[in-house]
Amino acid sequence: MSKILIRGAKVLGGEPQDVLIEGSEIAAVGSGLSAEGAEVVEADGKVLLPGLVDLHTHLREPGREDSETVLTGTRAAASGGYTAVFAMANTFPVADTAGVVEQVYRLGQEHGYCDVQPIGAVTVGLEGKKLAELGAMHESAAGVTVFSDDGKCVDDAVIMRRALEYVKAFGGVVAQHAQEPRLTEGAQMNEGVVSAELGLGGWPAVAEESIIARDVLLAEHVGSRVHICHLSTAGSVEIVRWAKSRGIDVTAEVTPHHLLLTDELVRSYNPVYKVNPPLRTERDVMALREALADGTIDIVATDHAPHPHEDKDCEWAAAAMGMVGLETALSVVQQTMVETGLLDWAGVADRMSFKPAGIGRAQGHGRPVSAGEPANLTLVDTAYRGAVDPAGFASRSRNTPYEGRELPGRVTHTWLRGRATLVDGKLA
Amino acid sequence: MDSEQDKQQYEADARPVLEAPDIARVLTRIAHEIVERAKGADDVVLLGIPTRGVFLAQRLAAKLEEITDRKIPVGSLDITMYRDDLRMHPPRALARTDIPGDGIDGRLVVLVDDVLFSGRTIRAALDALNDIGRPRAVQLAVLVDRGHRELPIRADYVGKNLPTSLRETVKVQLAEEDGRDTVLLGAKRTARPGEQ
Amino acid sequence: MQRHLISAADLTRDDAVLILDTAEEMARVADRPIKKLPTLRGRTVVNLFFEDSTRTRISFEAAEKRLSADVINFTAKGSSVSKGESLKDTAQTLEAMGVDAVVIRHGASGAPYRLATSGWIDAAVINAGDGTHQHPTQALLDAFTMRRRLVGRDAGIGQDLAGKRITLVGDILHSRVARSNVDLLHTLGAEVTLVAPPTLVPVGVGSWPCEVSYDLDSTLSKSDAVMLLRVQRERMNAAFFPTEREYSRRYGLDGDRMAKMPEHAIVMHPGPMVRGMEITAEVADSERCTAIEQVTNGVSIRMAVLYLLLGGNEPAVTHTRTEEK
Repeated sequence: MSKILIRGAKVLGGEPQDVLIEGSEIAAVGSGLSAEGAEVVEADGKVLLPGLVDLHTHLREPGREDSETVLTGTRAAASGGYTAVFAMANTFPVADTAGVVEQVYRLGQEHGYCDVQPIGAVTVGLEGKKLAELGAMHESAAGVTVFSDDGKCVDDAVIMRRALEYVKAFGGVVAQHAQEPRLTEGAQMNEGVVSAELGLGGWPAVAEESIIARDVLLAEHVGSRVHICHLSTAGSVEIVRWAKSRGIDVTAEVTPHHLLLTDELVRSYNPVYKVNPPLRTERDVMALREALADGTIDIVATDHAPHPHEDKDCEWAAAAMGMVGLETALSVVQQTMVETGLLDWAGVADRMSFKPAGIGRAQGHGRPVSAGEPANLTLVDTAYRGAVDPAGFASRSRNTPYEGRELPGRVTHTWLRGRATLVDGKLA
Repeated sequence: MDSEQDKQQYEADARPVLEAPDIARVLTRIAHEIVERAKGADDVVLLGIPTRGVFLAQRLAAKLEEITDRKIPVGSLDITMYRDDLRMHPPRALARTDIPGDGIDGRLVVLVDDVLFSGRTIRAALDALNDIGRPRAVQLAVLVDRGHRELPIRADYVGKNLPTSLRETVKVQLAEEDGRDTVLLGAKRTARPGEQ
Repeated sequence: MQRHLISAADLTRDDAVLILDTAEEMARVADRPIKKLPTLRGRTVVNLFFEDSTRTRISFEAAEKRLSADVINFTAKGSSVSKGESLKDTAQTLEAMGVDAVVIRHGASGAPYRLATSGWIDAAVINAGDGTHQHPTQALLDAFTMRRRLVGRDAGIGQDLAGKRITLVGDILHSRVARSNVDLLHTLGAEVTLVAPPTLVPVGVGSWPCEVSYDLDSTLSKSDAVMLLRVQRERMNAAFFPTEREYSRRYGLDGDRMAKMPEHAIVMHPGPMVRGMEITAEVADSERCTAIEQVTNGVSIRMAVLYLLLGGNEPAVTHTRTEEK
């Protein structure tokens, strides 16, 4: 059985310790562990985290392999310190049947860089009209537990109510992309001072908040849990906070880019900043950080949305919405949450591994770093500083808003069940 | 634009070659020459080339009116958009082109400028005139001819022939624009756009 | 130094006055027997129109031809653009033919800015209207018209619009003309008031350098110029206002309302006018309405802009905001 000794790692940011991996499991955590027969990785004060879990990734396969495949997407995930990603259903064909979700699941297993947990569509073809076969997807080899029409909102209140109720039978959860469609017709960016000046169609905060308000009340009424994708406004935070205070079983995610970027960047008309939901204001960014710190927002999810160059190298209105995020997420969280003192590394582990694994019921992920647990681990050089260079991305797409921006921290090693997928910053 | 300091330095270094009484005298002479050559100047139209050519044209017109006791049409002709060196400088602000009411068709147009140098300004003025009408004849009056022609152009009326080297500059100052009448001969500094 | 004209907000007060003064000289060319200047001989300008706008294209074309530029007209309809060719490819194709300037009209806000700043082409870019963003030459010709009428043709030279009270009425939300005018008129020292039903005022208007009113009648007596913006009938379908009749009753300019304006005040319209909606025929055809003058002035303004951007080895217009990358 292969043995790896990670020497002198700050486990969850604590005092340096040694961590011994044997086979696919953590064998021991302690001081002065014997290196006998083990390959030694000198952590040298780097931070060791449980393998990150992303509840919101677009892998694009099947159908849009020009922007990403399961292989390139999971390599990007491993580069970013992830050991499990939840793959969104808006592929071509849509992941609304057992067949499609099993295909995506198997591709992840074959490539072996990162576990891929498919998300099933809530409605057939993401059309919001007819429930997809949620049970069949759950019972398939992929074992789907998270359902989402992400990219589109389940805006029909009755369909949403039924979906929330139906998945209770097998412990599933509906992840809502909160966007009232009528209020966002022709919407191009956050509606406010900047949109007024730029003459781009406004995307009001209320389009998100009204759906969240409705859905937490629906979840309360039918006694279901509900997950809210990519919260982007201060108002959404207030609604989720209120819902949690009432005991409603709601969880929420925020993307790294909504923790850092604002709609002021749209003044460049550079579509690399075009994303759904749109970048909001400084006030929203601050509210989101605070909410992630105090637990109102449960997790960070990347909404990694790869697009080919030509879909971004054009005028704003014609450009696709979305940003890649797997390879920069941890750095952005370090800058916005850790270096601001809002979260410690244990908090990061909670928001980026434990909690997302819990919400998605990801087996073997989001476990403590202790003996007997699966060796899904991420080693981070938190002292690193460097400018983001998309040319070095493992993702097939380069649509990052951080090109040239200096961000802290770099994932140097990732282990998936004891096997290194990333070594010294290079994919294995 | 010259800074005030540059201007003072230049004026301190430069040598006046015509003073106010000289300028008045040569303009009077030119006026008489025009009347003589144009046989009474009854169809003369004076067109000054901005900036200082316009003031000279107005002064000449006044003198001609004294001599002939007739109203002499006077106007201005901006040649900026006809220049052959547009691509060598940033675009210049345009000056006024003001053609007297009866036009120039069939008349004797006397172009008036302060300094005749390469001849390119006059070439541009002839092109501009072409787009405005068809004069009977075109003549040229200048206060100073400093030589160094680059085109086959000569003046019909010259206030003063001033042999110069290319390292020298000639600067005309007129009361209407500069507060005093003088023609200065100075040493060339770094070339400034629009300088002759 | 900027070589482009993308937004009226990019112009300084002195830039704007220089353009207006230059246009005043250009206007005199129209009085000559030969309405042509050799200034842009050998320069090629392409009118790249992704949106139908015969008026604006013809105005630019007249200006380009009066300055002796070679003119290429490119209309997206029926071209490879309608078959999915990108803005980038279209622009690069044109530049490969040796174009010095691109006059672009595009339905997407920001398209001219992208063209100017993305490194796709080297040519100068002049915005002839983009989406609901900007239409800087329209604002300039409006300011030119106001200066002539309110300050004077000769008295206006070198002057701005300090203290003039300008009211813009109509669909502010969807109007690039309104945005450009607010920016430029503010730069020129005018006091701008926007009048519209609240549905047609953008969220975020509070940051604009102007006042907003929902009541036309109360602003009329305090206006030196009232500019009416076109209101498209299809806006009714999106519930911006209930009916045409109600709109014109509350915000349309008729003879009675015009009578409340000061005697010297003018009525402006960028065209095309929807008679019976925002303006009655009585007002449109009155002496005080400058709509036709605005069209004439448009050619002079575009000549001035073309001359100042292309007439030399570098532009004479400095910009404050749009920076090249």
